[in-house]
Amino acid sequence: MNASTGMGPTTGEGLAALYREVVLDHHRDPRGRHELARVDAAATGHNPTCGDEVQVQLQLAGERVEDLGIRCRGCAISVATGSMLAELGHGRSVGEVRRLAHALQRLLRGEPLDGAVELGDLAALAGVRQFPARIPCAALACTTLLAALDGALALTPQPGDAHEAHR
Amino acid sequence: MSAPATVLEPLTMDRRPASLATVRERFPILARRIGEHRLVYLDTAATALKPAAVIEALAHHYQTHDGGAHRGIHTLASEATEAYEQGRARVARWLGVPFPDGVVVTRNATAALNLVARGSEHRLKAGDEVLLTEMEHHANLVPWLQLAARTGIVLRFIPITERGTLELASLPALLGARTRLVSLAHVSNVLGTINPVAEIAEAAHRVGALVLVDAAQSVGHMPVSLGELGADLLAFSAHKAYGPAGLGWLVGRPEILAELEPVESGGQMVSEVHFDRATWAELPWRLEAGTADVAAVAAFVPAMDLLDELGLGAVRRHELRLLDHAWRQLQALGGLRLLGPPEPAARGAALSFHDPRLHPHDLATVLDTQGVAVRAGHHCAQPLHRKLGLSATVRASFGVYSTLDDVEALVEGIRMARRLLS
Repeated sequence: MNASTGMGPTTGEGLAALYREVVLDHHRDPRGRHELARVDAAATGHNPTCGDEVQVQLQLAGERVEDLGIRCRGCAISVATGSMLAELGHGRSVGEVRRLAHALQRLLRGEPLDGAVELGDLAALAGVRQFPARIPCAALACTTLLAALDGALALTPQPGDAHEAHR
Repeated sequence: MSAPATVLEPLTMDRRPASLATVRERFPILARRIGEHRLVYLDTAATALKPAAVIEALAHHYQTHDGGAHRGIHTLASEATEAYEQGRARVARWLGVPFPDGVVVTRNATAALNLVARGSEHRLKAGDEVLLTEMEHHANLVPWLQLAARTGIVLRFIPITERGTLELASLPALLGARTRLVSLAHVSNVLGTINPVAEIAEAAHRVGALVLVDAAQSVGHMPVSLGELGADLLAFSAHKAYGPAGLGWLVGRPEILAELEPVESGGQMVSEVHFDRATWAELPWRLEAGTADVAAVAAFVPAMDLLDELGLGAVRRHELRLLDHAWRQLQALGGLRLLGPPEPAARGAALSFHDPRLHPHDLATVLDTQGVAVRAGHHCAQPLHRKLGLSATVRASFGVYSTLDDVEALVEGIRMARRLLS
């Protein structure tokens, strides 16, 4: 970390733990910001302390999240979290994406994780716990994604349904 | 208030650093470390650090004079009453208002502003107008929004210019026979702008409107007197002026305070109570329901003493020097949008800025790891930030203990955050 950023030894270890290289990579080049061909469920979340905004859009094929868009207007932690969730959730089932989001919430709360869930890049967000004021930054994309998934549930999608009817 | 500048005048660090060191020694919290770094406190606009004299006065009250003010005959209750009323008298002298009926104890500036808004409800009717500004803190906006929803009064706003000052040319169109009250910040907590309250008050009084000033960001930073501002009422918080938290003041002309309906009722504020009716006590007690925080009132006295010892004019000059230095250093960094008027003389002790390449939360986190405390967010002024086209900014603000080194630490922290994140 120090070598790659030119930071001196005074840099707190916590800072390096918060802005892990993989987090910075997602921050600089966020995934999942594209336009979806069709939006079946969506949700918007706000962080009232800084005015940040997260928009989540889902394109569903039955139980599968066919495409997933997460656009965050916010800090590096918030943008990186949205990007990781979009990348990891793409193509998974609604249930799998929900478990992923719940696993991230447990990680941020410091609770034991369900070993069955592969966190992937999201594991790099464990360092956020050392910065309690920043936990809401990482949590925002997560709660907004869950709200969008709840909206998807309300649609009770069945294979072959015409989702357009619900838009 | 006009005490001669004995300590802060030569505080200009390059000439006599010992003087500033003496002031800093009176703030014990400045000795603490944030990780491996010294505390660089640039968040005085949120809350000022407390001098030892204030902290000791709080303990002294509970160790020696603990009792309910205006409640009881015993020695402790009498001493508490005396301390409470002496604190009120000190504030009256400090701001040039009549004692005791021009000084009301509240919980903070927000509570004082709410007291005026809710306490004026019976005097306002649908179509009456209250004039605010576009740079108000939520504390001087949301109470009026609530009042408007209940009564149908109309809120108008003095717009801000590109420079972050009030558009005074709009005043004639905004003030009229329907204007009942003008309520505005003396100093903006975001832009730092010092508003021309006296000029606006004169125009407001010409149309028969009252003037309420939110002085949360000016009291403790510059000489403030109700008379010189030409205002009718003024609200501020003790904790932003080096006093205890949980204490605020509403001061003003007694005949105006007398028109406010008590919005909280119970003990202390009554004259006579029956099972079917009650009558109110005299000012100021009629607006002070419940047992007061006597310790906080008593402990605010040494904060005022300290500021008078330093001289508020000298405090102002000290902070002007820091502002000027900070403005130049941040300009020199490049790529920053600095908010508010560029002339230090037009500003209070807060300086907000935005780096398009750095989110305020990220910058504040990096600064915190270097011991530098700044405010990041919308600073309770969302409509203003929306108007500025920003969702959040970073604010550095100064106090009597701030140094040029503090500014250097801020600038170095911004450089570090840029290296790390952009």
